[in-house]
Amino acid sequence: MRPFTYQRVATAAEAAAAVAGNPGAKFLAGGTNLLDLMKLEIERPAHLVDVQDIEGLGTIEQAEDGGLRIGALVTNTTLAANERVRRDYGVLTRAIVAGASGQLRNKATTAGNLLQRTRCPYFYDPNLPCNKRNPGSGCAALEGYSRQLAVIGSSDKCIATYPGDMAIAMRVLDATVETVQPDGTTRAIPFAEFHRLPGDEPERDNVLAHGELITAVTLPRPLGGKHFYQKVRDRASYAYALVSVAAVIQPDGTGRVAFGGVAHKPWRVEAAEAALPQGAAAVTAQVFADARPTEHNRFKLPLATRALAGVLAEAKG
Amino acid sequence: MKFEQAAGTNPIDRQKIIGQPTSRIDGPLKTTGTAPYAHERHGPNHGVVPNQSYGYILGAGIAKGRVASMDTQEAARAPGVLGIVTTLEQELLPPGQGIVANIFGGAEIRHYHQAIAVVMAETFEQARAAANMIRVDYDRADGRFDLATLAPQARVADESGKLKGEPFKVEVGDFAGAFAEAPVTVDATYTTADESHAMMEPFASIAAWEGEKLTVWTSNQMIAWSKGSLAKMLGMKPENVRLDSPFIGGGFGAKLWVRADAVLAALGAKKVGRPVRIAMQRPLVANNTSHRPATIQQVKLGATPDGRLTAFHHSSTSGNLPGGDVEVATQQSRLLYAAPNREIFMKLAVNDLPEGNAMRAPGEAPGLMVLEMAMDELAEKLGMDPVELRIVNDTQVDPEKPERPFSERHLVECLRRGAEEFGWNRRNPKPAQVRDGRWLVGMGMATGFRNSMATKSAARVRLQRDGSLVVETDMTDIGTGTYTILAQTAAEMMGLPLDRVTVRLGDSDDPASAGSGGQWGAANSTSGVYAACVKLRTAIAEKLGMDPTTADFTDGEVRAGNRSARLSDAGELMAEDRIEFGDLDKQYQQSTFAGHFCEVAVDSYTGEVRVHRMLAVCEAGRILNPVTARSQVIGGMTMGVGSALMEELAVDTRFGLFVNHDLAGYEVPVHADIPHQQVIFLDHPDDKANPLKAKGVGELGLCGVGAAVANAIYNATGVRVRDYPITLDKHLEKLPQVA
Ligand SMILES: Cc1cc2nc3c(=O)[nH]c(=O)nc-3n(C[C@H](O)[C@H](O)[C@H](O)COP(=O)(O)OP(=O)(O)OC[C@H]3O[C@@H](n4cnc5c(N)ncnc54)[C@H](O)[C@@H]3O)c2cc1C
Ligand code: SF4
Repeated sequence: MRPFTYQRVATAAEAAAAVAGNPGAKFLAGGTNLLDLMKLEIERPAHLVDVQDIEGLGTIEQAEDGGLRIGALVTNTTLAANERVRRDYGVLTRAIVAGASGQLRNKATTAGNLLQRTRCPYFYDPNLPCNKRNPGSGCAALEGYSRQLAVIGSSDKCIATYPGDMAIAMRVLDATVETVQPDGTTRAIPFAEFHRLPGDEPERDNVLAHGELITAVTLPRPLGGKHFYQKVRDRASYAYALVSVAAVIQPDGTGRVAFGGVAHKPWRVEAAEAALPQGAAAVTAQVFADARPTEHNRFKLPLATRALAGVLAEAKG
Repeated sequence: MKFEQAAGTNPIDRQKIIGQPTSRIDGPLKTTGTAPYAHERHGPNHGVVPNQSYGYILGAGIAKGRVASMDTQEAARAPGVLGIVTTLEQELLPPGQGIVANIFGGAEIRHYHQAIAVVMAETFEQARAAANMIRVDYDRADGRFDLATLAPQARVADESGKLKGEPFKVEVGDFAGAFAEAPVTVDATYTTADESHAMMEPFASIAAWEGEKLTVWTSNQMIAWSKGSLAKMLGMKPENVRLDSPFIGGGFGAKLWVRADAVLAALGAKKVGRPVRIAMQRPLVANNTSHRPATIQQVKLGATPDGRLTAFHHSSTSGNLPGGDVEVATQQSRLLYAAPNREIFMKLAVNDLPEGNAMRAPGEAPGLMVLEMAMDELAEKLGMDPVELRIVNDTQVDPEKPERPFSERHLVECLRRGAEEFGWNRRNPKPAQVRDGRWLVGMGMATGFRNSMATKSAARVRLQRDGSLVVETDMTDIGTGTYTILAQTAAEMMGLPLDRVTVRLGDSDDPASAGSGGQWGAANSTSGVYAACVKLRTAIAEKLGMDPTTADFTDGEVRAGNRSARLSDAGELMAEDRIEFGDLDKQYQQSTFAGHFCEVAVDSYTGEVRVHRMLAVCEAGRILNPVTARSQVIGGMTMGVGSALMEELAVDTRFGLFVNHDLAGYEVPVHADIPHQQVIFLDHPDDKANPLKAKGVGELGLCGVGAAVANAIYNATGVRVRDYPITLDKHLEKLPQVA
């Protein structure tokens, strides 16, 4: 960890300006991801702007359109336990509690969770090439140990996955990310556009500008239906998804589905959802039509189909 | 005391204190966070030496080659830095006991994350930051990293498991002929993965010099060995080195030897003229130190229709650094089942990965994972119950030396009792028949088998003026319960209540014990304490003018004839002795046995495996304390689940390292993976083993477990996966069609 300066701010605009004005600055929320990466010097911010004191970012409120507004600082624990979330957005609660551990969820914030970085093992070892950590150095995973990594939407520069769970549910719920930009203006980013594919710039995980602060995530009106989050992993808890399925299924068999653990972003192909009544294979044939798995992670394709099949069977049952 | 003849009746047989389910006496220290582990021995409460600084180890960024140059200028100027020792300024240290890797010194890099520098600073953060400022230029060399590619050139190892002597093969009868003629056969190849010890407490040491004398407060399983090793490595006289390791947060064999933490703390402390404290950072543990090597094993079994084995072949290939040992995966196969025609050997492939070395039940763990899966396959081909197949092939003598019996062998009882307790008769022998909703349910079993080793062990016992007792030995408690069983032994011998006995462990100034490893710790160290207590009883009786041969020590009193006295009447007395062994272990094979049973459920959609319940029925001589013994066995069973389902160091065969070198990437079971575990101990004291009539259980609990899990998976799914760990990708597409 390199020495850094530390600042606390009271307003969102102040936070955005403080980071925007300093190329080496970063926001700090729960710190459960950023601090770990700083210890390994994968992240080396010279200045941290702690956002925890900002008013109004820690609450969950009813939105005017009947949806929900989740403040950026709401912890994973609070969000998962919220009565409305449990009642109307069950997929979100299920996704959150499938992630990390109780202690981490107490600390993890909504914004920080969206911005957690990949768990590609090569990203974590500074001796090895990694375009995401060290742009231009190459991708060690491409022909290396890639069991956990992406099967779709990857590039020759990076095959990392976005590792989180909560975001997969938010994608299926058509959430929106609200931000304050460095100039003080706000913008609303549809969830589908929030995380990026690696392309030629794997170092950029999402579309936020430097100094752009997330203030909230909003959910549209409840969808009804049955909510599922199926997380498939090598051990029963405290592991990242090999594949996860977030789904909301209506009584007539229609619905929505997004996949985690397969790409650099939550993976959802809306057009394929029309095939849900025909069963899992019909859906995944479209969702993963452009898949380019590695030898190590090819199994994720049948796994995604089977995991969805399990969800659909339960939806019927 | 030399133990040369089977033990007769002795004070231990009273079992007033020994054999009782006593909670560990050091438990409160652990549950209140006040047990001083090596890296915590600083500050007002546990401080052992003032003015400590922090050391941080830099590991090599290549797997093979040389360090061309190192630039430490920036690091040396960084805030708080006190000094740096680099590998280029230090001649290669001679190897310590048990290790073939280079621990420190010289330009040559023989494996990834070999230590190449240590930075000392006022704080840990400063040392870490500075270590990352060191610029290193390497000359890379090509290495050999892929076991599958190297296996064809692997050579048959000698009897000691190395490539130095004559290739060694067990060849009894005519294996090839018998196998060719056998009506029922199994012939398959299996693999087990590289595994990491992944103990909770990393390697940690504090070193301080006083003139020529060095003290290292450390986390180490084998104090006497390691004291000698450290002295040798540093070119010192052993009497100038003191090691102290009273608490150890797990070792699993990784801490049998001296590793970079202790060596670099010592070198660093010398350099900066201050004590240095080092905890090896987690990402270094897997590649800097050692691991359980992967194996490729072949088993060929031939049997008659009644299940009798007529032909038995087990061979294994593993890799290691030049000079290293083979993973002794077929060792137990020499003793487990009777079969007239036998062929058993191991091959070693020289590679450039980090050093392969002892990890809990070295050899037995991967060997039985394979052999006991092959036995399951044979049972199915025979249409025979897997329990019965083991029973039919039981042997009461060493199959290579029929004149040499086992001292005690009640494997059949373990298996029968286990089958009964577990409800084995409810198992459907036809696989993939039992469903519970989306889950496929199956049962599996395997034999557990591990030898018991007799080795000398010394202790000192002091009778205090107030009639209480102190036990001192360099024995270690690696979380196993040693404090408790040594206190129980001494209390039983001296007729004292447990709370009148204090045990001090882990200090190299105290008598050299067996140490903790190879499940030999409990039986031998208690025997050492027994020997010392016998001597003390004699001294006390003589002091009190009583006949030592008839004196009875009970309830804090000594009685002989019609006389009695309080122990405290004897005043302060001290006795030291060592248990040594004759050749009873040559005359008799001394081993421990288990029947492992397991029920699993496999998600028919995702292939995820969840263990439902497990049972181990163990025979290991007298059980000194059923609470601590059970804790060892369930720990072993948990590790067995890890080996079966998830533990695997992933090798990058281009860069030559284990890539998943942290606890997020290297998965071990978490609580949610471990369901109901039941342990039953059979009561068969072994009078040929030692005066306690006890044997070890610490590794027995692991031996065979992986196969029991694997066989249960097969019973659930009908898909046989012969490559451990059995992760869902290996059977997913062969599971019943669901989509
Ligand atoms: C051992 C372990 C296991 C885990 N397992 C899982 C798992 O199974 N599933 C899962 O989903 N997650 C898992 N996580 C990840 C965990 O969920 C994240 O670390 C956590 O959600 C991050 O939130 P935080 O508030 O601590 O973020 P921080 O670490 O504070 O920040 C993360 C990033 O977000 C930025 N940031 C924070 N707030 C804002 C804001 N308001 N606007 C703009 N940028 C901001 C920071 O600058 C930083 O780059 C695990 C983590 C650990 C350590
Ligand atoms: S996949 Fe991405 S994160 Fe992983 S090594 Fe390649 S570039 Fe780095």
